[in-house]
Amino acid sequence: MNLSQTVRGVTFQNPAVLASGIWGITAASWRRVAESGAGGVTTKSLWLTEHKGHPNPTIISTDHYTLNAVGVPDAGIEKAREEIGDYNKQKPVPLIANIIANTVENYGKTAEEIAKLKPDFLEVNISCPNVEDEFGKPFACSVRDASAVTKAVKAVSGKIPVFIKLSPNVDDIGSIASACAEAGADGFTVINTVGPGMAIDLRSRLPILANKVGGMSGPAIKPLAVRCIADVYRATEGKFPIIGTGGVMTGEDAIEFLLAGATLIGIGTAIGYRGAEVFRLVCEEMTAWCKTEGVKKISELTGGMHRALGIRT
Amino acid sequence: MHTPQQNRLPKTYRISAVTRETELVTSFTFAVSLGAKPGQFIMVWLPGSDEIPMSVALDDGKKLQITFFAVGDTTKKLATLKKGDLVGLRGPFGTHYEWKPEQHLALVAGGYGAAPMYFAAVEAAKDGCSITAIVGARSKTHLLYLDAFAGLSGTTLSVATDDGSQGHKGYNVDLLRELLESRTLRLRSGSTAHAVDQVFACGPERMLVAVSDLCAEHKVVCQLSLERYMKCGYGLCGNCVINGVRMCVDGPVMRNEIARTFTEFGRYHRDGLGKKHSL
Repeated sequence: MNLSQTVRGVTFQNPAVLASGIWGITAASWRRVAESGAGGVTTKSLWLTEHKGHPNPTIISTDHYTLNAVGVPDAGIEKAREEIGDYNKQKPVPLIANIIANTVENYGKTAEEIAKLKPDFLEVNISCPNVEDEFGKPFACSVRDASAVTKAVKAVSGKIPVFIKLSPNVDDIGSIASACAEAGADGFTVINTVGPGMAIDLRSRLPILANKVGGMSGPAIKPLAVRCIADVYRATEGKFPIIGTGGVMTGEDAIEFLLAGATLIGIGTAIGYRGAEVFRLVCEEMTAWCKTEGVKKISELTGGMHRALGIRT
Repeated sequence: MHTPQQNRLPKTYRISAVTRETELVTSFTFAVSLGAKPGQFIMVWLPGSDEIPMSVALDDGKKLQITFFAVGDTTKKLATLKKGDLVGLRGPFGTHYEWKPEQHLALVAGGYGAAPMYFAAVEAAKDGCSITAIVGARSKTHLLYLDAFAGLSGTTLSVATDDGSQGHKGYNVDLLRELLESRTLRLRSGSTAHAVDQVFACGPERMLVAVSDLCAEHKVVCQLSLERYMKCGYGLCGNCVINGVRMCVDGPVMRNEIARTFTEFGRYHRDGLGKKHSL
């Protein structure tokens, strides 16, 4: 069974990539995740300069959802140079560098510095829902802002493909994706966390997260992710690769994402539910499903739902 | 996948007893069991403030106890709480110490490491283990759980203080060295064996490195509790990694032979931003 996917010239041995924000703070961590069976790894969001996150509690879960308001902490560009430089010396799987900034101009500056470190893709986080107190509504919530960030990043990223990470917390994700595509985006990561949401401790009557609200991930958000992937795929006429992320727990979830229009599958929160082995398990489950269904290559699955619906893409 | 995840959502409980262990050290008891085992940790939430990891000092199936030094912002605030006040708990998380029935265990505790070591002693004693507890601290006033250890049957207690104000003047590791050297048995075959089956250690990382080296030198099985900055406690945030290994999932209790493969062990840790700091 061939699970490999070639996306914008980069070959991933399997489509299950580590999503940004989970585990991926150090080069050694990226290698551990690769050893666990991931086809690629995404860094936690990288800032140009040091950025403090929120106090604890920052991540909480139930069977159905995870809420996080880690607040995108990072030590800045020096640490990125050290860790990505280290990873490049012995690189088991492709590296997607996720970047974040507070202004359009700083997105450009950050992209320029990170591009020098030669990651396989740049993924642009314009959609974190748990830093709104600090930065206001995410850039992904406006056609104009999302387009401006895309242009700023594309202007400095050279040949490195740029993926824009979109927010589900918008009226029309398709129009945001179309605007980014026009601005030069090479692909999309769909979706970032949902909400934000809130959980309250009954006895103290206080919100549990120190930030009060946090982005929602985990099994509960999967149908929303599937719909958003389908919307972006349709809006961009199936011409852009999509890293489908949001609530994938199993191989069948991953297949569903492919049918909606994804090429790669981001896995993050599922590590908390199935352990580091989740990458290998998802691949085994995808393989088993494909064998049963007579699917020889998973690349033929991408966008399958749209074709089944008879929609021209 | 279908295991309940409720232990990942903090729930507040009322403190049922407050014990002042020393000037700076306080214990809280809660009338709840989280099913924790010795060496595991829980996340302790002060509602409206912060949440920090703590080793479990006791969980006997009916009540749970934590012991902490009031050294940071959160622990100082926690130390002002009284019986009946609310504290959020979630967990337990991570690995725990493991032993076989009737083994002879040497427990090396530095500072507040005495609390989880006491928990290990209580549970191992139930399995018929004989225990040598070696408790160390800067000075007499910082020694913890001495009466508790002394009250355990089958347990021998040794004490070390840096300033010599009680017990051996020097490090607890000196006493471990003496124990391992004196308990080495020379077999008729010419090889050696130890009367100590395993060493457990919990305390400052420099102490852990010394214990690790000593146990490797004497070829004694050893389990160490490695501490790193924790956020989620269950493997998502990635902040507590040592050489990429998450201490909240694959630690905090690590077998010595694995700890010794970590190039970061004893050298540096990372803060909440992921930035390196030398130990």
